[in-house]
Amino acid sequence: MAVTVRLPGALRDAVGGETKIQASGGTLAEIFADIDRRHPGFRSRVLDDQGAIRSYVNVYVGDADARSSGGLETAVPEGSEVMVIPAMAGGR
Amino acid sequence: MKDRAALWMVLDAEERIDLDGKTILDATSGNTGVALALVCAVRGLRVELCMPDKLSVERKRIAVAFGATLTLTDPLAGSDGAILEARRLSQDPKYVYVDQYANPANPLAHEQSTGPELWTQTDGRLTHFVAGVGTSGTIVGTSRALRPKGVRIVAVQPDDALHGIEGWKHMATAIRPPIWDEAVADEHRTVGTDAAIAMARRLAREEGIFSGPSGGGAVAAAVEVARDHEGVVVALLADGGERYLSTPMWE
Repeated sequence: MAVTVRLPGALRDAVGGETKIQASGGTLAEIFADIDRRHPGFRSRVLDDQGAIRSYVNVYVGDADARSSGGLETAVPEGSEVMVIPAMAGGR
Repeated sequence: MKDRAALWMVLDAEERIDLDGKTILDATSGNTGVALALVCAVRGLRVELCMPDKLSVERKRIAVAFGATLTLTDPLAGSDGAILEARRLSQDPKYVYVDQYANPANPLAHEQSTGPELWTQTDGRLTHFVAGVGTSGTIVGTSRALRPKGVRIVAVQPDDALHGIEGWKHMATAIRPPIWDEAVADEHRTVGTDAAIAMARRLAREEGIFSGPSGGGAVAAAVEVARDHEGVVVALLADGGERYLSTPMWE
């Protein structure tokens, strides 16, 4: 299933310069694995050593915060939009 | 800590501009926004803050409690997106854009208050001052006060563009604050978000200090400085842990 993944500028270098890419998979875990296959190293920027979403990264599927809707097992319906957002990026 | 910069900027605006009918405007990821909202509440001024959407709720709610109006910007653009929106809005003459990233009153607050206080409170024994760089107002102003006394200034940045150290800037990839000048620091160090959060947790459990990620980051860097140099090392913690209770940081 194809979904759109929107990324912050801080992750652009991890996916070849794009901030909006297409990926496939039925869950967030599958989608991140798909991106990592094409852009090795992507997953380690977003997930920690235990394989969980880094504490300072927020992931949304549509308007839902994945952390409170199943984490990496959150279902991602066909055509939906995934957003990966740094918790913060400078300036008070 | 951020109240100082906010107070100095608002008092400076009051001196220079007739603020009757005007709205104070700034871009913020939260803490100076809260401080500006507080100062404007006391001074009877309207304030509008541009903040990235999907920030944790605490700072937004506190700013609103102080009477601020929020304009939420694209979360993917981070705090730079908020800056660009504030610049756009500032074209409207109803706004007075205090622009903490460019306002000389921001470092002046720390040159006149934070720096001299640290010198007095350490009885002049201070040898190293460690602080993170966000707008850079704290480190630029404190450096002006302390460097002439021989204090070495250590500036700390996040080690990656993708980071969670609220308030700090990864200068290589962010909009550069016009007040920032690398030459104010004798040393430049970096800290990772995981190390910053780990130190914030350690500070809570071992020292009873409840700080945010930036406080943890500053102390993590200060510990490294203290390993490398002998002396009296001061780290500046500008943020309380309460503002991150809704984030995974304290889970």
